[in-house]
Amino acid sequence: MDSERSDAPAPFLTLKILVAGGFGVGKTTFVGTVSEIRPLNTEELLTEAGRMDDSLDEVTDKRTTTVALDFGRITFGDDLALYLFGTPGQDRFLFLWDELATGALGAVVLADTRRLRDSFPAVDYFERRRLPFVVAVNCFNGVRDYSAGEVATALDLDEETPVVLCDARDRESGKEVLITLVELAGEAATAPATTEPV
Amino acid sequence: MTDSDQRWYDEAAGPLVRLYAVTTGRAHVGSEQRLDLMTVIHALPDAGHDPVLSPEQAAILHLCRPRPHPVADIASDSGLPLAVVRVLLSDLLAMGLIRATPPVPPARLPDARILRKVIDGLRAL
Repeated sequence: MDSERSDAPAPFLTLKILVAGGFGVGKTTFVGTVSEIRPLNTEELLTEAGRMDDSLDEVTDKRTTTVALDFGRITFGDDLALYLFGTPGQDRFLFLWDELATGALGAVVLADTRRLRDSFPAVDYFERRRLPFVVAVNCFNGVRDYSAGEVATALDLDEETPVVLCDARDRESGKEVLITLVELAGEAATAPATTEPV
Repeated sequence: MTDSDQRWYDEAAGPLVRLYAVTTGRAHVGSEQRLDLMTVIHALPDAGHDPVLSPEQAAILHLCRPRPHPVADIASDSGLPLAVVRVLLSDLLAMGLIRATPPVPPARLPDARILRKVIDGLRAL
């Protein structure tokens, strides 16, 4: 195999974390606070998005749209990097979630207590995929109206899903959210799997 | 050249070549070749021959020459949409100019020390 060639450079490991949540909850702010944020455009066919197609005629007949993802990178030395991907909010881009979630270490679901129901789709999605996730309640302007426990109850979270209160604009706070998630993912990776992911 | 001429060619005007002209019209490659966002691209040592590359393909090779880059980074650096970058990369793969290393699934990370390194690295940020 190529990867076993003696002249191959040292392996470069990449890990991926998703940042999901409702519109305007602070995903872009969160990614930009903890990482070097960069633009990433995916041009997607709006119709039959999943279809593989080679023909130019087919492509020009269909409407394409540019979906800009929030994409951030944190590098640790020369051989390890953590990538954060903000998931697009609209339902019509759900197919992009599947690609982003594949191989992900875990996810952060940003929540706003004024609009908790906006977090339901993301919570449902990660529970179904059995992807480790933490719910990070973005406390705008330091307003902490609800406790972590109250949010967990309102979202009907599994016992093992951590809820942390955070401020997406604060780097230390964002780091704590990510550390909580990586610790959770580490436990998930070492625990024996009881059910296959869907 | 007048000022008004120059204004047509700034970055905000968008690409001067239609995006899918860069890929000779192809929007997708076969599913077996679909490259994950986190697949790491290594430029292979020059094989000696000098293939005719598009400027975009040459730019990708140039980017990956000093050190490997994941597909997401290449798309971001090139400013081209991901689908276009995937086509360009599959061409480079077919020409034997790059090597693609798929990402390691979290469940198959070589050891727990890697996540420990991430946590320590995050603390040190």
